[in-house]
Order: sequence, then structure tokens, then C-alpha cells
Amino acid sequence: MRPAWSVILFTTLSGAGQGLFLALFAATAVGAPGGEAAVPRAFVAVLVVVSLALVGAGLVASIFHLGHPERGWRAAARWRTSWLSREVIVLPLFMALTALFGALHWLGMSQAAFAAGVLASGACLALYICTGMIYACLPFLQEWRTPLTPINFIALGCASGLSAAAALAAWLHPPLAGAYAGTALVAGALGYLGRLASLARNARLRPKSTLASAIGVKHPKIRQIAQGAMGGSFNTREFFHGRTREVVHAVRWSFLALVFPVPALLQALGPQSAALLGAAFLAQYAGLVAERWYFFADAKHPQNLYYQAIA
Amino acid sequence: MTQLALVIDLNVCVGCHACVTSCKQWNTSGEAGYLSDDRPYGAEPTGTFFNRVQTFEVGEFPSTDTVHFPKSCLHCEDPPCVPVCPTGASYKRAEDGIVLVDYDKCIGCKYCSWACPYGAREIDEHQKVMKKCTLCVDRIYDKALPAADRKPACVMACPTSARLFGDIHDPDSQVSQAIRDSGGYALMPEWGTRPANHYLPRRKTAKSIHPDELQRHDNPLKIDGQLPRPSASESALDDVTSW
Repeated sequence: MRPAWSVILFTTLSGAGQGLFLALFAATAVGAPGGEAAVPRAFVAVLVVVSLALVGAGLVASIFHLGHPERGWRAAARWRTSWLSREVIVLPLFMALTALFGALHWLGMSQAAFAAGVLASGACLALYICTGMIYACLPFLQEWRTPLTPINFIALGCASGLSAAAALAAWLHPPLAGAYAGTALVAGALGYLGRLASLARNARLRPKSTLASAIGVKHPKIRQIAQGAMGGSFNTREFFHGRTREVVHAVRWSFLALVFPVPALLQALGPQSAALLGAAFLAQYAGLVAERWYFFADAKHPQNLYYQAIA
Repeated sequence: MTQLALVIDLNVCVGCHACVTSCKQWNTSGEAGYLSDDRPYGAEPTGTFFNRVQTFEVGEFPSTDTVHFPKSCLHCEDPPCVPVCPTGASYKRAEDGIVLVDYDKCIGCKYCSWACPYGAREIDEHQKVMKKCTLCVDRIYDKALPAADRKPACVMACPTSARLFGDIHDPDSQVSQAIRDSGGYALMPEWGTRPANHYLPRRKTAKSIHPDELQRHDNPLKIDGQLPRPSASESALDDVTSW
């Protein structure tokens, strides 16, 4: 598949924003026994705003994926069958509940804020699952057709959100920085293991469709001579990444370094340093952009069997 | 229930692309607006087509077969592109099984094209909506046309009658008989999409000849080698005739 920047930015930004909210809500919920003072009001407000800004930026990026954004509201219609439609419903719901949580917390209504936070966390998890299932529900894209797809979206999103929370905490509320950096390490390790597992799985995949089943001629040696178009078509543009094997491998190695080892090192070196934790988040985010690019480039669509040669 | 479909006979298709041009002409002139056609005479022509003829070479020289393979939307009975559509712009008509796109509802997210294993859907780069074969839905029910012309444009254009059109749920229809009698098959059956369009395979005319068919036992040219007939005076098996 051709990686679309709009979707890469949406899934990574929104994933980080969602993870940031979960990190924040966990801190306020755990801190509740110690009273409201456990997590300062201003810190909660800043994190809610940053979380909403990240998810909102992802939403704006995703709009560029549409041919007709002005009809985007129609996308809420088919939530019974379409994961994309479900995502379109859950995303604004999550943003509204997060904003409600932030407002109630700011106003000091901790009980109501906790209830809103629980609902927002549910919406957050649902949004991760919707985003992952958009890809995992397509049976033809065997690289995506695995529970690891939504699991990795959740784990990697939480890891980047926790990394962002650690950087913001080191800057604004140092007592929480160490805990966030530690949990970011754990979440990062889990996401990394999940992604390694999906890489190992995909390396052993055998394509179900062959040229023989694509055109229905039983012969092991079939080659295409003409695809019915001489200058390419939507089918040759949308479903091929068009990069060399070297580029794809370079992207894979860079995300394998940046998603976990580099930020983990930075987080371990300076669990209280805003600069190091900020650098860790930025490195991890860059790694996740590369990871998402590879996620798309790695998927081989069976329609490509019909578009192997131009003449 | 009716399920309209095309049955394409690969044994007859000569790869002339008449169906492609006829399809493009009809569908670019319709109510739904033009089909994109960029740089048609330039170096990199590209555009939206509902139907394409591809060519494959089967086998290795010298024992090769050239297969011309027209490909359009297969109007699957279990279309994977329909449930993923977030707006309901992609739908399958209950009355005749045609899979259609409502161009006024399509948001151009391309998700349906990801969900089609056949690459049958192409986005219109100018109108930014997903397009695909409609089985000429604006033609096959048009009472203004003579009854014989109420067929998809590709079927009308095919000079070798490689394309049949009809209801595959009616066992007595021409298409059902062709599928039944000539080994009609569906593409990529492994995905369970149950395509309505079927293809008829290449059929070679072959005859098997046994050695005794090459050697006539009563060949008059071989008469010299035969033993002479027994004379009439010799005893016969039935005492009446000599053989």
C-alpha cells in the first residue's frame, strides 16, 4: 500500500494524544486518595489541552485524506458495519468527554470529573480499537489481519502518550516525571515486543492469492504483459509504495531504533530532565511516524497481482 | 432474487479493447458526469476506467498461451467493499444485485478500494469520488432504447460475443447455462466474495488418436501382405460358404 501522510499523522498524533489522556487520568485517579492536591489543577489543565491539541491535529490531518471533506459528517451513518464510521463517531465523543473531564477538574468537581474521566477512558480505548480494526478487519491485507494490529495501536499509542506526559511532568510537575518515565518504558517495551511479533509474523506470511487464482488459469508460470493502461492508474498509484527495497529497509531499521531503544535510553538517563524526556518523546514520535509508514508499505494488496507490468 | 452479471468467455476474447472504449464512451457521457481522462494523447495518459483488458502470458516459450483478460467490477454477491463504507455511498441493490456508488454521498476516503481484492474501484482524480462499473444501470432499464439494446455498452460492443449479460440466479438464463455448460468460474474464490461475474476458461480443441486408428486393418494398399483367400473347394467353417 502507498503510505498516506494524512493517515500516518492522524494515527500517530491521535494515538499520542489518547495515551497522554490515559496517563493523566491514571495519575488523577491514583492520586485521589491523597486529595486533589496530589495532581495540581493547572498541570491537569495543560495536559488536557495538549491531549486535545494532539488529537485535534490528527483530526485535521485525517481530513486531508478525504476527497470531499464537506461531506465528512455523512461518515457517521454506517456505524453498524464500518469501523471507519465507528471511529468517526468515537473520536469527537472522546474529545468532548476529555474536555468535560478537564473542565470539571478545573472547577474542582472531582467526583464528576472522575466519572467523566472513566467515560473518556472508555471512549479512548474504543477509539484505539476502531483505528486498529479499520486495518485489521480487511481480510485481503494479510499483514494487517491480526489481533496484533489493534494491540500495537494501543500499546504504541500509550507509550508515546506516557513519554509526552513524562516530558511535560518534568517541566511542570516534577514529582510525577519519574513515574511517567518508568511507565513509558514499560509501555514502550510492550509495544516494541508487539511490533516485533507482528514483524516476525508478517515475514512468514504466504500470500493466499496468486496470479493463477487471480485470472483463474491453473499454471505456475504466468506473467503479465499488459495491464490495460500505459501511463498508470489509480490502481498503480494507491497500492504500491513506489520505493526501493533499500528505502523500506532503512525505514524499518530507523523505527526499530527510534520507537523504543533510543527513547528508553534517554528516559533511563534522565528521568527528571525535561530536555532528555522531551527528546525521548520526539524521538519516539519520529519512530512511530516511520513505524506507521512501514505498516502501510509492508502491506501487499492482492489487487497488485493485476498490475505487475505496464505495456 | 435477481443477480445481474457478466460472463466473459476467455476462449473467445481477442483483446481488442472495444469493450473498454465503448464503456468509457457511454459512461463519460452519462448523467453522473465525465470520467477523468488526463493527457489522453500525452506521454503518461491516465484516467478512470470501469473496465480494462489485461493480457497475460501463461507458460514458458515455446509452449505459451496468451490470455486476454477483461476486468471490471464483479458485482460480488458478498461484496467486501460495501460494509466498510462509512457513509453508505457504496451499496448493493436488492432488486438486481448491482453494486453501485452514490457519487453524491461518497466522501472519497478510498476505504472501499482497499477492501476490494480485485482492484475494481478507481477514484476519479477530478471529481474525488470512487467510481466503478455500474453494469450500465442507466442503459439496461432504459425504455427509450430498443429492447435489444438494453445491455451494457461493453456487451453491445464486443465483436466476438465474448461477453454475455444476464441473471445468474435464473437457471435457464443464457449466462447460467454458459457457466454450467462451459465451466464458468469466479476469480479469487479464496476470499469468499462470491463474485457474480464469471469467466469461461480457454477451451482447446483436442483429439486423441490411438495407433490402431492410424493403421486401417482393411487398408487395400496392404492387401499384398495378406494371405490368399482359401479356394471354394476347401472345407468351410459352416460347410456352406467359403470365407
